[in-house]
Amino acid sequence: MTAPSTGTLDQVTAPATPRGGRRRWWPRRDLLGVLPFFVFVTVFLLIPTLVVVIGAFGGDDGRPTLDNVAALADGYIVDAFVRSITLSAVTAVLGAALGALIGYAVVTAGPDSLVRRLVTSACGVLAQFGGVTLAFAFIATLGLSGFVTVFLRDSLGIDIFSGGVWLFDLPGLVLVYTYFQIPLMVIVFLPALDGIRPQWREATESLGGSTWYYWRHVAGPLLAPAFLGSTLLLFANAFSAYATAAALVSQGSPIVPLQIRSALTSEVLLGRENLGKAMALGMVVVVALVMWLYGLLQRRTSRWLD
Amino acid sequence: MAGLRQRRARRQSVLRWVVVTLFGVLFLLPLFAMLEFTTRGAGGSLSFETWRVFFDWAALGETYPILWTGMKASFWLVLLSVALTLVLLVPTVVWVRLRLPRLRRLVEFVSLLPLTIPAIVLVVGLAPVYAWVVYFVGGSSVTLFFAYTILALPFAYRAIDAGLSAIDVRTLSEAARSLGAGWATVMWKVVLPNIRSAVLSAAFLTVALVLGEFTIASLLNRDNIQVAINQLGKSSATMSVAVSLAALVLAFALLFLLSFAGRRRHRERKTS
Repeated sequence: MTAPSTGTLDQVTAPATPRGGRRRWWPRRDLLGVLPFFVFVTVFLLIPTLVVVIGAFGGDDGRPTLDNVAALADGYIVDAFVRSITLSAVTAVLGAALGALIGYAVVTAGPDSLVRRLVTSACGVLAQFGGVTLAFAFIATLGLSGFVTVFLRDSLGIDIFSGGVWLFDLPGLVLVYTYFQIPLMVIVFLPALDGIRPQWREATESLGGSTWYYWRHVAGPLLAPAFLGSTLLLFANAFSAYATAAALVSQGSPIVPLQIRSALTSEVLLGRENLGKAMALGMVVVVALVMWLYGLLQRRTSRWLD
Repeated sequence: MAGLRQRRARRQSVLRWVVVTLFGVLFLLPLFAMLEFTTRGAGGSLSFETWRVFFDWAALGETYPILWTGMKASFWLVLLSVALTLVLLVPTVVWVRLRLPRLRRLVEFVSLLPLTIPAIVLVVGLAPVYAWVVYFVGGSSVTLFFAYTILALPFAYRAIDAGLSAIDVRTLSEAARSLGAGWATVMWKVVLPNIRSAVLSAAFLTVALVLGEFTIASLLNRDNIQVAINQLGKSSATMSVAVSLAALVLAFALLFLLSFAGRRRHRERKTS
């Protein structure tokens, strides 16, 4: 949607770029306008990124080494990555499937309806604001003295923690992560659903196609790239999340972000100060890969649904 | 055909109500549980003691000093992050569109880069940078607004870029320039009023992000509202749940307001 305007801008300015020597200083003075932005971004984004990348390949004495990166193959770090990836994948798939269903239900209500506005605002809060507050929401709901726990125990005689208190461990993370993944799916999938034109369905029907045929051969294939892309975005979101796990998990560091925390805060790993950076680099590699795939799918989506 | 469409509309509306109600109940359950949790008195009675303390700000600051410092820090963080994000991003994006179109891809790439760098990773690299920040401007929690501006860049960039795409910045600025306006006037009196709702939406997104941020503040040992909630959870679970609920409701109100600002932009574009 922005592509045409760039094209015209380029065409307009291209001849204006001076070839003669007299006005050559112009573009340089123009660059002053973007200087503050780039200085700021260099200090607070590029330098931290470089610190992580260079640190991952540096020993405590500052000399280059592959020890930290090699340590990523240690059993407990591999386990943490496997758990992180599994947690992200499971909650991404659950969130994508349920979120798409809600998204479809909401989109049938029309773009300016109150239902849609309420649902998208609520989804925005739960998807992006979450973190610590959601952890406490679930402690109030399913914690040892939570509303649902107490209700089930006193009224129905069901003890949900008979097999151990799972809320503060990986199963609890799956539950709370899904709780913020579904709303995120609604937000990122709605634009694709908006792109579906009712005329396509009418065309299918007037040619004798059934509802099943429409979803299988028209809407399904059109929405598939957007659906997959959104699922990848959800994966990256869960993989990067830290606050919920930090507030909820009481013992150990089952997932990578918590491993990074313990590498940053504990003194136990003395002599391995840069291990946290190596793990951070590992996370960036995973997220960058996922976002690259997302970009590819996004391009395919925009061909039809923009 | 019309009958078919009507039948489908009815079926869709049934599906809509079933799905929205079902998930509405599921998603409201934790919020209701929070309300119940914070109003639970001795022996199963209702008690509004927690909320009475919560709204009595003087008592709140005395009873829970962490909460008070966290709220104050978050308040300043919101103001400064929004200000810095807008001051940094709006002129840069406009300037790049007008004078340096070749840099547009680069600015876009850099602005969206924080999406691929999780906050937990950024904080690892920010630690040495913040050692310098402490050296130059001190170790106050409010200095976190530098990092929060980075976190807000992708969302703010998208909002502002979408707003600028909807108007013809070039023609507007050339018209103003040919009538003798300086660049400052162009920015302040011509471009800005035309992208007001985009700027507003960028600001709202930044506010929500800053209010919800925990990772960087916690790992750099600073205070903000989320860090306070987390610390409070260890000593007074009821109050931390109450603050969580209040924060969620506040964020919802903020985004609900934003959805109306968004509609106005939608309509403007349609009529133009």
